[in-house]
Amino acid sequence: MISESYDGAKLKVMLQGFWGLTSRELKKWMKEPIILLMAVVQPIMWMILFGKSMNIGGILSPAILDKINIPDIRIPGNLLNPPIDGVVTIPNYVILENLKGTLSIISLKAMESVFGVSDYFSYLAVGMISMITIFTSTFSGMSIVWDRRLGFLYKVLSTPVPRSAIILSKVFNAAVRSIFQSTIILGLAIFLGIRFSSTFSLLNLLAVYLAILLFSTGLSSLFLAFALRSTRHETQMAIVNLFTMPLMFTSNAFFPTKIMPDWLQGIASINPVSYITDALRQLTIYQTNYLTLLTDFIYLTAFAVSLSTVGIVLSWKYLTK
Amino acid sequence: MAEDVIVVENLTKIFNGSLVAVDHISFNVKKGEAFGLLGPNGAGKTTTINMLTTILKPTEGRASILGYDVVKHASIVRRLIGIVPQEYTADEDLTGYENIILCGDLYGIPRDISKKRAIELLELMELMRFKDKKVETYSGGMRRRLELACGLINRPKVLFLDEPTLGLDVQTRSAIWNYIKRLKEEYDMTILMTTHYMEEADSLCDRVAIIDYGKIVITGTPQELKSSIGSDVMEVIIKEGDDVTSILKSIDYVKEVRRRNGGSYMVRLENGEIAAPIIIDHLRQKGYHVIRLSISKPTLDEVFLTYTGRAMRDSEEAREIVMSQRITLRRARR
Repeated sequence: MISESYDGAKLKVMLQGFWGLTSRELKKWMKEPIILLMAVVQPIMWMILFGKSMNIGGILSPAILDKINIPDIRIPGNLLNPPIDGVVTIPNYVILENLKGTLSIISLKAMESVFGVSDYFSYLAVGMISMITIFTSTFSGMSIVWDRRLGFLYKVLSTPVPRSAIILSKVFNAAVRSIFQSTIILGLAIFLGIRFSSTFSLLNLLAVYLAILLFSTGLSSLFLAFALRSTRHETQMAIVNLFTMPLMFTSNAFFPTKIMPDWLQGIASINPVSYITDALRQLTIYQTNYLTLLTDFIYLTAFAVSLSTVGIVLSWKYLTK
Repeated sequence: MAEDVIVVENLTKIFNGSLVAVDHISFNVKKGEAFGLLGPNGAGKTTTINMLTTILKPTEGRASILGYDVVKHASIVRRLIGIVPQEYTADEDLTGYENIILCGDLYGIPRDISKKRAIELLELMELMRFKDKKVETYSGGMRRRLELACGLINRPKVLFLDEPTLGLDVQTRSAIWNYIKRLKEEYDMTILMTTHYMEEADSLCDRVAIIDYGKIVITGTPQELKSSIGSDVMEVIIKEGDDVTSILKSIDYVKEVRRRNGGSYMVRLENGEIAAPIIIDHLRQKGYHVIRLSISKPTLDEVFLTYTGRAMRDSEEAREIVMSQRITLRRARR
C-alpha cells in the first residue's frame, strides 16, 4: 500500500524538503542581513586599501627619470658609418624625452604581460570575488554544527527528508549568498573604477554567476563533509582558518602565477581558486580567451560534481545523531 | 483484539563496543495504546526511542512499526511516525508558524495542506496568538507545545514523546498532560513515551515498562504494577534504639518490614488504616512509643523503588545539568 507510491513520494519529499530547508536559511539571513554585509567588509578592505595602494604600474613611472642626472651623449665622428669629422652631441633632454616615452610603454607592457591588465586594482577586485566566495563557502560547515548543537538537526534527521536534501540545501544557500555578496563587491569595484574589457557584456555576468555557483558548490560540499560529525564549532573555525589563507595565496587571486617560483606554480595549477579567478577575469577584465575559459569551466564543473557527490555519499553514512 | 503497532524483540544497543545502553528489551504496543518507558536518566529510554524512530541503528535485535522494520524500511517508518524529542528542536530565528510549515516540508506535505494543518495545530496548542513571533521569545511551555505541533504535522499513526515535560514547572507540566490527553482522543494515535516522572506515567499511560540499566524490569498497567507490590506502605517512626523489625513482622497484616536509618521503618502491609491502631498498641505493649506514623497508597515511585532498589530522585540532579547546558548554548548563540 505504501511502497507502491514510494518512489514518487521520495522525490516529492526530496524536492519539498530541499525547498523548505533552503527557504529556512534564506529567511534566516533576510531577518539578519547585517551578518551577510559584515562578511563582505574584509574583501572590500583588501580591494580598496591593498588594491589601490599596491600601484605596481607606478614603479616604472617616467617621473623617476627626473631624479637621474642624464649626461649628453658625445659620439666621435670617426665611429659613425660613414665616418665624419668632429663630434656628434645628442643633448640630454632629447635622450630624456625618448626614455620617458619608452618607459611608459615598458611599464604598460610589463603590467599587461604579468597581470593581463594595465592596473592592479582591476586585477585584485576580481580576486576579491573569489575571496568572498571562499569565506562564505568554507563557513557553510559551521551551520551544520550549530544545527546539531541546537537540536534542529535531530528533528530533520527523524523526518523522511533525504540526507542529500540537507546537504544540498546548505550548498545551494552558500552559493546564493556568495552570488549576492559578489554582486556587492562588483558594484563597489565599478564605482571605484574597475576597467572592463571590450568583450564584457551582461551575458558574461551570468557566466560569472555560474562560475561562482560551481566553485561554491564544490568548496562548501567539502567543508560540509568536514562538519558532518563535528559537534564543536571551534574545530570548524580552526579548519576554516587553516585553509582560507593558503588557498588564497597559492592561487592567482592576489598575484599572477607566472611570476611565482616553480613549486608554487605547481600548487596554483591544481588550486581551484586559480580556475575560478581566471574564469572571472576572462569574463570581465580580460579579452576573453574562449579556450582558456572553457578549460576553467570544465575544471570547475568537475570540482563541483565530484565534491558534492563525495559530500552526499558521506552524508548517507555519517550524518547521524 | 487490537493489533500490535509497535513490536520490539531483543532490541540492543552497544556504544563503542562496550557501553550497553539498551540490553535485549522486548515489548509490544497495541493500537491506540499509550505506552510508557519509565526509568531514571541513563536507563536507556532515549536510546530505545532513537532506535525505534530510525535515528540510531540497533546493534542487535529487531523492531517494527506498523509492520515496517525500523532498519530495512527506515524511510517508510519515518513517514508514519511523529517525534517530539527531549530537546527543543525548533529554529529560534523563525516564527512558530514558519517552524511548523518547515516540518511539513520535511515530510513532503503540500503547502496548501500543511498551512491548514498548521493553523489547526496552533489553535489546538493555544499558540495562535504567538504564531508570528520568533521562537526565541517563547517560554519553555510554549516551546514544548510547538514541538508537539511539529510532531503532529504529518498526522502520525504513532507518536513518540521523549520526556515531554522535562524541565517544566508543575502547572505547565499538567497543562501539557492535558494537551497530550486531548491529542490522544482527537487523533486516535498510538503513543510511546518516556518519562522519569512517576505521576506522568500514572496519569497518561495505559501500560508502563520500568526500565533500568538498559533492561526492562517489569511491564504492566500502572494499576497492576501498584497492586503487584501489594497494598499500602506505612512509615513508622519510633525513638531510636532497639530493632523492632521482628515485633512488626509478627503482626498479621504486615507483609514486609525494612529498617531505614535509626528508628524509621518502612512497612508494607494490607489495609493500612485498620492495621495502624493494632501496630501502635502492639508496640506500646512491648514498651516502644510510636512518634509518627504515616500511610501511603502505593505509587509508581514505590513500584520503582521495589523493583530497582533505588529511588527515582537520584536523577533529579542530572536534569539540572542538562537544563543549565541548554541555557549556556542559547546564550552562546546570541
